[in-house]
Amino acid sequence: MSTGTILVVAGAFLASAVEMVEALTIVLGVGVVRGWRSTLIGAGAAGIVLAILVAALGPALGSIPIGTLRLVVGALLLAFGLQWLRKAILRSSGYKELHDEEETFQSERMQAAAARDDRRAGLDWYSFTVAFKGVLLEGLEVVFIVIAFGSAQGQLGLAAAGAGVALVVVVVAGVLAKGPLSRVPENTIKFVVGLLLTSFGCFWGAEGAGVDWPADELSLLGVIAFFALVSLVLVRALRRRRVLPATAGAGA
Amino acid sequence: MRYLRSFGRFWWNFIVGDDWHVATGVAVGLGVTYVLTHNGVNAWWLLPASVALVLGESLRRAVRPRGQEQPRRFN
Repeated sequence: MSTGTILVVAGAFLASAVEMVEALTIVLGVGVVRGWRSTLIGAGAAGIVLAILVAALGPALGSIPIGTLRLVVGALLLAFGLQWLRKAILRSSGYKELHDEEETFQSERMQAAAARDDRRAGLDWYSFTVAFKGVLLEGLEVVFIVIAFGSAQGQLGLAAAGAGVALVVVVVAGVLAKGPLSRVPENTIKFVVGLLLTSFGCFWGAEGAGVDWPADELSLLGVIAFFALVSLVLVRALRRRRVLPATAGAGA
Repeated sequence: MRYLRSFGRFWWNFIVGDDWHVATGVAVGLGVTYVLTHNGVNAWWLLPASVALVLGESLRRAVRPRGQEQPRRFN
């Protein structure tokens, strides 16, 4: 298995895991308060829609020439990944609040308890729609990443397998914990995922634009190291920027 | 029409997000790389460098105190 393929599987696993932790929090928050039947049907229905998307879009992208595909996928991954990386750097430097699953869970519980009873097609409509939307929206990011990683590397099956393993791990962990996975170092994982998305986007985007990387696929490791270094420098610079005005104010 | 607008807004937020300058910077970086490589320059260094600059500039704008924003020009 090549370096690129290993990183594709690892990236798909981590990105999927972090999104699934968020989806799990929503499903748990609703299910605990309003019951599991409608909630799980909603989550399952969203899962089927997402699986159909991967099955339909993945092979369709296989007919596009690899150079064009990498240019387009690289551009999309770069724009998308830089959003993740930007937010992760703002969180690490204290400019943005850290994501807190426990807080989200409590908020979901309160909203679920306050929602009125509305039954349609034999289902608790609130539970069904909240679980459906939550899983679908979080899952769309997973689908995007799996399709982008899989198609650009020509390893859609392996990328989907990485996401599948993440699903099993998160669901089993959620069942064992009987609560939101607030101990998962979500903010750190998001940082790593942002780094991987940006690096893959840069690598494939440049390749699609006609670049020959000096060390072929191994250059990907160099790109990851470069963006990791840039990110750490930016975190340090932003932390100093936050501290400096306070220090100046204290001295005045 | 409302659904179309919501659909468009969803994908805009999904891909472009908070700062459209980042997506524009990425597009420009890729475009220049494409032009250089198709004119005999293997500019592998250009995209990582331009992405780093775009990221730094976007963060600088994000943490800038509100009072220091540049006035917008509409002409």
